Amino acid sequence: MISLAGRDILHGWGKYMLTGVGLGLLIGVTLSMAGVYRGMVDDAQALLDNSQADLWVVQKDTLGPYAEPSNLAEDSERPIQAMRGVAQAAGVTYLTMQIAHGDEDVRVMVVGAEMGAPGLPGQPTHLVAGRHIVRGHYEAVADVKSGFAIGDRVKVRRNFYTIVGLTSRMVSSGGDPMLFLSLKDAQAAQFQKDSDAILRQRARIAASPQLNPPGNPAVSQAVNAVQSENNNVNAVLVTLSPNAQPDEVAAAIRRWQRLTVYTRAQMEEILVDKLIANSARQIAMFLVILSIVSAAIVAFIIYTMTIGKIREIAVLKLIGTRDRTIAWMILQQALGLGLIGFVVGKIAASLWAPFFPKYVLLLPADSIRGFFAVMLICTLASVLAIQAALKVDPAEAIGG
Amino acid sequence: MSRRGWTMAAVLVPLLVLFAWVAFRSGPLASTNVTVAQVETRRIAPAMFGIGTVEARYTQKVGPTAAGRVTMVAVDVGDMVKAGQLLAQIDPIDLDQRIDAAAGGTARSAALEQAAAALIADATARVALARSQAERTEQLKKSGWVTNALVDQRRQELAAAQAGLVAAQANRGAAAMDSSRLGAERAALVEQRSNLRLVAPHAGLVVRRAVEPGTTVVAGQSVVEIIDPAQLWINARFDQTQSAGLAAGLPVRIALRSRPDAPISGTIERVEPMADALTEEVLAKARFTVTGTLPSIGELAEVTVALPAGAATLAVPNAAVHRVDGATGVWVIRDGDLDFVTVKLGVQDLGGWVQVLAGLAAGDRIVVHSAKALKASSRFSIVDALP
Repeated sequence: MISLAGRDILHGWGKYMLTGVGLGLLIGVTLSMAGVYRGMVDDAQALLDNSQADLWVVQKDTLGPYAEPSNLAEDSERPIQAMRGVAQAAGVTYLTMQIAHGDEDVRVMVVGAEMGAPGLPGQPTHLVAGRHIVRGHYEAVADVKSGFAIGDRVKVRRNFYTIVGLTSRMVSSGGDPMLFLSLKDAQAAQFQKDSDAILRQRARIAASPQLNPPGNPAVSQAVNAVQSENNNVNAVLVTLSPNAQPDEVAAAIRRWQRLTVYTRAQMEEILVDKLIANSARQIAMFLVILSIVSAAIVAFIIYTMTIGKIREIAVLKLIGTRDRTIAWMILQQALGLGLIGFVVGKIAASLWAPFFPKYVLLLPADSIRGFFAVMLICTLASVLAIQAALKVDPAEAIGG
Repeated sequence: MSRRGWTMAAVLVPLLVLFAWVAFRSGPLASTNVTVAQVETRRIAPAMFGIGTVEARYTQKVGPTAAGRVTMVAVDVGDMVKAGQLLAQIDPIDLDQRIDAAAGGTARSAALEQAAAALIADATARVALARSQAERTEQLKKSGWVTNALVDQRRQELAAAQAGLVAAQANRGAAAMDSSRLGAERAALVEQRSNLRLVAPHAGLVVRRAVEPGTTVVAGQSVVEIIDPAQLWINARFDQTQSAGLAAGLPVRIALRSRPDAPISGTIERVEPMADALTEEVLAKARFTVTGTLPSIGELAEVTVALPAGAATLAVPNAAVHRVDGATGVWVIRDGDLDFVTVKLGVQDLGGWVQVLAGLAAGDRIVVHSAKALKASSRFSIVDALP
């Protein structure tokens, strides 16, 4: 038995292919949109993965350190370190800022992590080039997305830092590349004021009779010293010993250290459901509309394709072809169109994904889901066309 | 095959190949690019990196010992001064008059002393007269020419004269004591007067002129600060985790913030016995000799301490070290598979090479850089360089 659909496609295969490619580009856009959404969620998850932490200890009653500002004393990690179930605890600071790169500005998230031993929470998990920070000061590891190269010198606040290593996929929840510094440098960057501000502050203190009492010049010096101290961190990252239960350790820290603690699941909820909720929902809404529009366009294409062949279908009916055969032919053509569209769409989405400014994650599961969705839409769309085809009067073949 | 068939194949086959390529070469299914290195044997010269500020080893804060008003400041910042040179003067107020008064008092007490001496002479003469009269009366008594009453009277006169002499001598002693007290008081006032002259205790450079004439200063407040410019050092701070082996006598390289490309060599003078518990840093002093212009006191400096290189041991780049499930180790490639090997690490140098004490053998192929964090099941392909 010859394939009726195949014959028909071969008859005008160029037109058929071009229709498929057009459809494919539309599917590619839809897949990319799904990838944008997944990338957004993945950015948030990457932030959590890269911190290598099981628990986040933050300032009491804040959603820190990513969703809200949080500040706590650096030494609060020590009592935490002594608690049962805690393997490591390390302070970390996060600060998003613009830094100069040549003539342009790059938006980066400056991460201050303890560099005492390899693999402490907060350090970059892997490098794509160079080495980890060795000196306690003035060295930095940057994400490749920032555009920095090894040996570059970047200025953060008052000091210059040499890039000694590059990493990848180390981004903030907003997709900004990270710049790792040693904790002390990052504390300086975060809490140190610029020279003008310090000068003005000194002048203010000197002018205040309470802070600069006559006859006791040591008081204002002490006040100045107190004000320029910076020993705060934004969070303490905690890793657990192998058999510890995150919730139990978190409850113990909450109870005895009087600090707010988040487990990985809670942190994910904060990042995904609170921090990126609106933008993610925006993308999701757009994805839904795009899917509906794509489905409608597929339906119209198949319908017009069938209507364009209405005379041939009438001839088929005239020579006694069964309705089932005609319906099967239209369905086959619709599915073929969907298949070509999907293949082209997947290729297109994969090819243009790296050029997006933010991460686009095309999950294989999404592609498979997309494939079945396309096939379902094509099937539903062909129903309309089949109905029209079956209603046609065989007389049209000769009458016109 | 027909021409149409060929054309179709020419379109469909590349499309399918491209599809297969994007499905397996991009996205989560793609293999991870890694760079590899071999475990090397090398001598690790560990080094420490600290930062500090330029400080003068000796700083003299010259100020008054009692509150007073500054009448004159003789030197300005940047002046070189000699030991004993006048730096500033505190207003003596009434001190000169008090010295004058004390001088008057001393002269008066000298006159009193003289008067007391005259009185002694007078008393001595009276005693001699009374004694000779008493003796004569005693002899006349033996002959019976005088009465007993007269003898008693003469004896009483002698005793009174002797008492008068003792009193006059005591008076002179008191006058002498008074004179020396007033002399000492005057000397004290003169000393105080000289204390109001602020002089340089050492030769050095004036770095601070804290007050101007007319200012009232409290006891202990510094008016002028002097340093010894030949004795500068860096008050350096080293992270405690990286300070093992820091000791006095080690050579250091000092890079001043104002001239980062012209490092100065120096030595660790001492490691402070007290560390900073709050900042978790060890403090040390690095001495250096100044050549050319004097660096600013308080200028930031980077101090690099190079420890002598140890014996050759196994070493890996620190980028290869990872922490997986609480264990520190490296990814070793064995028979084309990834294997996480736990290692024991030693010291590390400033080039990022870290000593391996146990866990690896020379020649093991290890993953240094990877495009993603690796798992034991990760598919990987080896490349020369990333990204």
